[in-house]
Formats: sequence, structure tokens, C-alpha cells
Amino acid sequence: MAVKLVFLGRLEELAGTDSASLDAADGLGWAALLAHLTEHYAPELAQTVAGVRVKVALNGVLIADKGGIVLANGDELAFLPPVSGG
Amino acid sequence: MADVRLLTAAFDPAAELSAFTAAHPEAGGIVSFLGQVREGGGAGGSCEALELRHYDPLTLPAMRDLAGQVCARWTLDGLMVIHRSGVMLPTEPIVLVAAAARHRRDAFAAADFAMDHLKSESWFWKREKSGGEWRWIEPRAQDFEDIARWG
Repeated sequence: MAVKLVFLGRLEELAGTDSASLDAADGLGWAALLAHLTEHYAPELAQTVAGVRVKVALNGVLIADKGGIVLANGDELAFLPPVSGG
Repeated sequence: MADVRLLTAAFDPAAELSAFTAAHPEAGGIVSFLGQVREGGGAGGSCEALELRHYDPLTLPAMRDLAGQVCARWTLDGLMVIHRSGVMLPTEPIVLVAAAARHRRDAFAAADFAMDHLKSESWFWKREKSGGEWRWIEPRAQDFEDIARWG
């Protein structure tokens, strides 16, 4: 399956890209996703994404418990660091 | 009732405010706030440009939700919220909020509330260019204190 990862704000800098496609077996969970990030990106990315300050949105919907996500083919998962607007 | 827009190109705040005022002849007062890119802002007072990024699935829907909250909380004749995304240069407008009401206190409070929530809760990420280098801006503690006033 293919999943789109979106990195917002400072996470884009850590990831080196604003979005990436991830190919994995169906039903990818949070721990496996972090392992993927650790393997393919700067170590600080997975550490930051795992922290309480980073929220996630799955297909445009905020997820209260990011540790419980299970990804399916075609999903878009966005990593949202603290906002700084205005 | 609310006019909520997320723009990726420059806008003319004076023209927007004129149109908004003309659309609300019944209002006794209109309060507006314009946020612009500061000249001499940023690290070392050398900000050359500011960029706001947004995330399509979240940013505009959340701005509309916020406008709905504002309209439910105060008695307004109209509300306008315009927010830029993209790269902006010093003195360019970033955000324009205007609230029209029969009585001024509702208009003041509505615009104030909308701005505090746009600053600290809207889905925007900001970076500044200084000395040719882009740097992401972390949220300020003051923004969280501002929003805490509303309970």
C-alpha cells in the first residue's frame, strides 16, 4: 500500500521535504511508522514527531490519540507541529 | 454571514474594508484589525521576508469554525476574516479581521477574540528570512496568555 506523509512547519526542514510517499504492508501502525522515519530521515524527525507537541491529521481529520492510528492504502497523514500564525 | 478567506496572493485591506462597510449599512460600528509584516522585524531586526504555510484540509475549515464561534458569541451584523498564506514582504498585509455590529463593544470584542484565536490556534506555520536564511518561528508564550483571557 502507499501512504502520503505531509510534514508541516519545522518538520519539513527535519524531513528535507514537505511530503513523501511511503510504501508499506497494509495496517501500518504508529510504532512501525516511527521506525520508518528513524530509518529514512534525520533521527530528530522521529523524536520530534513522537513528542506531545506534534499533532497528526489523518485524511484531514485531527487524531486525538496518534499512537492508535492504523494506516490504509491511499491515506494522507500530516504531522503538525505547534502553530505560529497571524 | 461571515466572509472567511484564505488568500495566496496580496490583497488590498482598504478596498476590502470599504466593501465590507458598504455591505453593512445597518451596523452602527465596525472594528477592524490589520496585521502586516513588520519592517525591521525578526532576528536582529533584519527580516527580509515572511512566509506562512498552511495545510489545505485543515486551515480554511478551522477558520470557518472560528468565525462561527465568534458569530455565536456576539451579536454581529457581519464578520470578515482574511488571512494570507505564502511569501510576504515587509509592510505587506497578513491578516484582516473586521466585525460589524449595532454596538461597538460587540464589534471590539469579536475582532479581539478572532485575532487571539487566529494567532494561537489557526493552522499556520511561519518562517522568516533573515540574512538570506529561512528560519521557522516557534509560537510565543504571549499568544497563549492572550487566548487564555477568553476562558
